Amino acid sequence: MQAVATVNPNQSALAPRLLIGVAVAVTLLIVVAPLAYIFARAFAEGWRVYAANLMHPATVHAIWLTSIVALIVVPINIAFGIAAAWAIARFRFWGRGILVTAIEIPFSISPIIAGICYLLLYGRQGLLGPWLQANDLQVMFALPGIVLVTMFVTAPFVAREVLPLMQAQGSEQEQAAVTLGASGWQVFTRVTLPNIRWALLYGAVLCTARAVGEFGGVSVVSGNIRGQTNTLPLHVELLFNDLNATGAFAAASVLTLLALVALVVKAALEARRGA
Amino acid sequence: MTIAISSLTKSFGPTAVLRGIDLSINDGELVALLGPSGSGKTTLLKIIAGLDWPDAGGLVVNGQNWLDLPAQKRRIGFVFQHYALFPHMTVRDNIAFGLSVRPRAERPGKSVIAAKVTELLALLQIPHLADRYPTQLSGGQRQRVALGRALAIEPAVLLLDEPFGALDAAIRRDLRRWLREVHQQTGSTTLFVTHDQEEAFELADRVVVMGEGRIEQIGSADQIHDRPASPFVARFMGAVVELPVTLRAGRAEAAGLDARALERRAMADGPAQLFLRPDAIALEADPASPWVLAHKSSNGAMIRASMRRADGTEVPVDLLRHSAPDLTLGTAYRLRPLTGAVFALDGIAQSDAPRPLPILKEKRQ
Repeated sequence: MQAVATVNPNQSALAPRLLIGVAVAVTLLIVVAPLAYIFARAFAEGWRVYAANLMHPATVHAIWLTSIVALIVVPINIAFGIAAAWAIARFRFWGRGILVTAIEIPFSISPIIAGICYLLLYGRQGLLGPWLQANDLQVMFALPGIVLVTMFVTAPFVAREVLPLMQAQGSEQEQAAVTLGASGWQVFTRVTLPNIRWALLYGAVLCTARAVGEFGGVSVVSGNIRGQTNTLPLHVELLFNDLNATGAFAAASVLTLLALVALVVKAALEARRGA
Repeated sequence: MTIAISSLTKSFGPTAVLRGIDLSINDGELVALLGPSGSGKTTLLKIIAGLDWPDAGGLVVNGQNWLDLPAQKRRIGFVFQHYALFPHMTVRDNIAFGLSVRPRAERPGKSVIAAKVTELLALLQIPHLADRYPTQLSGGQRQRVALGRALAIEPAVLLLDEPFGALDAAIRRDLRRWLREVHQQTGSTTLFVTHDQEEAFELADRVVVMGEGRIEQIGSADQIHDRPASPFVARFMGAVVELPVTLRAGRAEAAGLDARALERRAMADGPAQLFLRPDAIALEADPASPWVLAHKSSNGAMIRASMRRADGTEVPVDLLRHSAPDLTLGTAYRLRPLTGAVFALDGIAQSDAPRPLPILKEKRQ
C-alpha cells in the first residue's frame, strides 16, 4: 500500500503548522484555560476546604435539586421526543408543519423569555395565578416552576435527534413486524426502539447536560431561595455574589465534571452510531 | 386458502387507484399481478395484507371476512421489495421474529422455534448465514431471509411485492426458479406483484394483468400473448406496431398485409386497428406491397428490419437470423403477421377514458 500524500514534500510545511498552531492556541485560551482555572481555584485552599465547600448544606441541596429536576425532565422529554418524532415521521395530519416548527421554538427563544412567560402565566399576578392560589398550588418559586421551564428549554433535544432517523428509515420494518403478528407495543419495543436507540441516548445526554446547566429561564422562576429553590447554576452565582469565590468554584467544578462526563458519553455514542 | 376479492375500490384523494377489482384465487395457486407502475397492483397486495384499507368492496379468505381482521390476525407472509429486514437482529432472530412475538399461550418453546428456524435456513439454502446481520448480506441473500421470515409463521397467504425488483438479472433467474421450488414444497397460496412479464409468466400459474386500477386480463402466458383482451394488454405485451386496417368477414385487410394466418374475429365489418409484436411478423417479397425495407441490423441472433411506407410510417420487424430470408434493402415486402390482435376503433377510444363498468370477469379468458 502506498501512503496517501497529503503534503507536497517540496513545499514548505509552514502553512499547515501555523494553522494547527493557531487552532491549538485558541482552544487552549478560550476552552481549556478557563476549565482548568475552575479546578485550580476550587482546590486553591486545599482538599479540605474544597470538601467542606461541597458538603455545605446549601450546596448539597443545590446539587440534589438539580438532580431531581434532571430526573423529572429528561424522562418526560424522552417520551415527548419519541412521541413527537413518531407522529411527524409516520403520519400526515393537519398541523404537522406547525408541530415541526413548535418543537424548534425553544432553540430560538432566549430561555429568560421562557422564564418570564411562565411567570406571567403562573405567577401571583399571572393569568392562572388566582386559580392556582385558590387551589393552594405553588408553581412559581418552587420545584414545579423550575421543572416546567427546564422542560421547555430542553424540549427539542430528543425529538431533533430521533426525527431524522425515523424519517430516513420509513415504516416498512414496522409494517413487516405487524404482518408477522406483532402487537403495537411489540413493534415499538422490538423494532422501532432498537432502531433509534443510539440517537435516543445521544439526545438524552444532550438533554441532561442542558437541563443540569440551565440558568436563564430558571433564574426568573426559582426565586433563588437558598436551600430551597436554588439549583446548582444559580447557587454558583449566589456564592460568587457572596464573595465566596472558592465555594463558587467548588460548585462550578461539579457542573463542569457533569458536562465533561456528558461530553465523553456523547463522543462514545457518536462513535458507536458511526460504526 | 382461497381468496375472493369483489368490487374492491380505493382512492388516494382524487386519484382512483383501484376501480373495482374482482378476483378469485384458488388454494395453493401461484398468481402474478402484472402491470406497469401506477396500475394499483401494490395497493391491491397491501389491502390483502391489511396494510391498507379499501374504500369499498369485499375480501373473503376461506369464508372469513378479512376486512374485519387487523393485519396481525391475518397470518400473512409479506415480503417487501426492499426486504425491510430488522437490521439489529441476526438472520436467525429475523426469521424467528414472527414466532417469538406470539402471545405466551400460543408461542412455541425456544427449542421448537430454533428447530423451525434451522429447518427454514436449510430450505432457504443459507444455513451458513444464520448469525450474520442483514448489512453483511448481499441482495439475493437478504431476499432469502425476508422470505424465510415470512414463511416462519406458516402463512395462510404469501404476498410478495416486486420480490426480485432490486436484484440483477442472473440472481433474479436463480431466485425465480428457487421460489417456484419453495412454493411447491410449502404449497401456500402465493400472490406476487411484478412489472416484469418474463418473471410473471415464468413463475406464475396464472397472470393477472392490471392497468390503471382495473384487471385487464387473467390468463396464462400463451393466452395473454396470443389473445390480449384489450389494446392496453396488447401494448403492454409489446405489440408496438399499430396498423389501421379494414375488417371484412372477420379478417383484417390492408395494402401489403397478409393476415390469413390470423383467425377470423366475430366483429362487424369496418375500420379497426391491428396490434402486432415485431417478433410475430414474417416478410414475403411482394413487388405490389407499399412496405419497403429501409434499414436492417443484426445483433447476432435477431435481425431487426425496418419497413417503411411512402407516407413515412415505419414498422419494426424482428426475425430470427438463421431462419430469415435474404433481405435486400429497397425491396418491397408484404407483412405476414403470425399472431396479432384486432380491436374496433371505438374500443380503443374507450380504453383511454374511464369506463363505467370496468370489471372484467375471469370468463374473459
